[in-house]
Amino acid sequence: MEAFGLLVYGFSVLLTWKTLALMMVGLVLGIFVGVLPGLGGPNGVAILLPLTFTMDPTSAIVMLSCIYWGALFGGAITSILFNIPGEAWSVATTFDGYPMAQQGRAAEALTAAFTSSFIGSLVAVLLITFLAPGVASFALKFGPPEFFAVYLLTFCSFVGLGREEKHKTIISMTLGLLLAGVGMDTVSGQLRMTFGLSDLLRGINFLVAVIGLFGISEILLTMEERLALRGHPARISLRVVLKVWKELPQYWVTLLRSSAIGCWLGITPGGAIAASFMSYNLAKRFSKDKDSFGKGRIEGVFAPETAAHASGTSALLPMLALGIPGSGTAAILLGGLMVWGLNPGPLLFVEHKSFVWGLIASMYLGNVVGLVLVLTTVPLFAAVLRVPFAAIAPMIVVSCAIGAYAIQNAMFDIWLMLAFGIVGYVFKKIGIPLAPFTLALVLGNRAEDSFRLSMIGAGGDMRVFWSNGLVGSITTLALILLFWPLISSAIARIRPAVRGGA
Amino acid sequence: MPETEAEIVVEDPGAPAGDSPALTTNRTVEIVVSLLLLALAMLLAFDNWRTGMSWDSTGPQAGYFPFYLSVILAGACVYGIGREFLPRRQTSETFVTRDQLRRVLQVFAPTLLFCLFTQWLGLYVASFLLVAGFMAFIGRIAAWKSALTAFLFSLVMFVTFEIAFDVIMPKGPLEALLGH
Repeated sequence: MEAFGLLVYGFSVLLTWKTLALMMVGLVLGIFVGVLPGLGGPNGVAILLPLTFTMDPTSAIVMLSCIYWGALFGGAITSILFNIPGEAWSVATTFDGYPMAQQGRAAEALTAAFTSSFIGSLVAVLLITFLAPGVASFALKFGPPEFFAVYLLTFCSFVGLGREEKHKTIISMTLGLLLAGVGMDTVSGQLRMTFGLSDLLRGINFLVAVIGLFGISEILLTMEERLALRGHPARISLRVVLKVWKELPQYWVTLLRSSAIGCWLGITPGGAIAASFMSYNLAKRFSKDKDSFGKGRIEGVFAPETAAHASGTSALLPMLALGIPGSGTAAILLGGLMVWGLNPGPLLFVEHKSFVWGLIASMYLGNVVGLVLVLTTVPLFAAVLRVPFAAIAPMIVVSCAIGAYAIQNAMFDIWLMLAFGIVGYVFKKIGIPLAPFTLALVLGNRAEDSFRLSMIGAGGDMRVFWSNGLVGSITTLALILLFWPLISSAIARIRPAVRGGA
Repeated sequence: MPETEAEIVVEDPGAPAGDSPALTTNRTVEIVVSLLLLALAMLLAFDNWRTGMSWDSTGPQAGYFPFYLSVILAGACVYGIGREFLPRRQTSETFVTRDQLRRVLQVFAPTLLFCLFTQWLGLYVASFLLVAGFMAFIGRIAAWKSALTAFLFSLVMFVTFEIAFDVIMPKGPLEALLGH
């Protein structure tokens, strides 16, 4: 019940006019970002981050996380009305959402999407409320070897469990770790990989890279495609909302299963995209009437939206409790924490109570307000798409440049952003995943520090990573995950052999 | 299907044609990128070797961690390049068609100019030029609309960042003239 008391405290932090106003601003901006083509959750958060530099950390994180919720809601609007997923995690929503709109049931589909998003994130927030403090207090006992083992686990699970080709994930990750090391070495104070360039002394800023990788490259990719669109009208009446809500309890199994999938894939680096597809497929498999999926079945909207939101929200759990982000956007929020002068990790729960609980409380409130907001203002946001892309594209470019410059007041960073834009464009096209790069860049220094501190503590003995049960099992698990593709194919090969022998 | 019911229609006359000839394939680009990354990995490995990549009395030296990372990166690149030359990988998707490249350059070239102008004229003037120019020449939107939108956008940005949020941007001669 301690969590409950702290949550009430969190609400008391939150309930000031200023914070509430920032929350609304964040939600509206977020929905915008979600609806617009060529902008998504991570880029939106990255571009708008500089707005928060002069705020206190609590207001800043409340606004930024609301941008994130807004983007999650907004992605569904374009999927259903235009058959254009605003975000990759909304792709599965188009399967049944768009057919519903074609049948004139757009309002129903939208209500279903928003409501299930709300349910998904509610489940995830409950999980965070009651699980995160425990995880954090457990992690307080961690020393450098344990932390390195957890970082290793994160990196290895990306390689072992990711869907991309393995060597591409490794390329992306090592490149991120290397770039994180550029500049002053935090342990010895020595300079490295700067090649005498004074601009590189500061190191390569994570946020600059993210703005380039996600913002600029996304604009380039969007321009490649046909930008024509035809949409369906959407006005949500209270009658439709109530009708959908009345049907909701029938689908409790789907909702619960999708929330669970979402939470699990959100905490592990599976991500919202995988979660939405997986939960759509499972809903289809368990359904009695499989053929009706893809033809405008409301369950086909419930399942992916619940999972996507649950996953997007629960990705914040490891970020808050351990300082390890579960998604690209969480990684950017983590970058924000560092800009505001907070040290991510389990100590956050002890040293910055008002920040952590203010954020958790804002997840509850943000989602309620967000739900009401999207239900009432859909036609307005759908109309945003009428604005020609030729006007939006340059404005996004300018916002990206402002964001990149503001972080360190350096013109060099604008050029760096442009370079990362090209890198992001090429990498995306040839299938080198960007998420491991982002994660490696934000965690690189801390992973290296914890490795070197453990080595110093142990006198260079690698066995320190197996020195006790906890660190040993995390390290072993990390190695198993790294070689999982090999192990699973080996098991598959042995099994038929065993069966054949018996 | 009630297609006529569609309320929001946006056309895209300059869209890349589907049958536009391919310029390069993913395979070529993958090989080039892998070679570039391999070169980078070797450069970084050399630099870290120079910094010191072994152990001293206090533990690993500054170059230790990045040195081995560059080795892994180089290994992954070599693997990637080697795999592209295996005979059984025949099919390769198009990396970019001529039409697509044209569209991408339509955004990239103005963005490059914008960055250059930011250095000389300050961000807000450059922002006005980018938005107005892009809307008028690439979006073929009426000149007065483009100029007005660009002016309002730059003004809103200026008020938001410079005045409301105290975020300082690069400024040029125009701002100096106006006393900022």
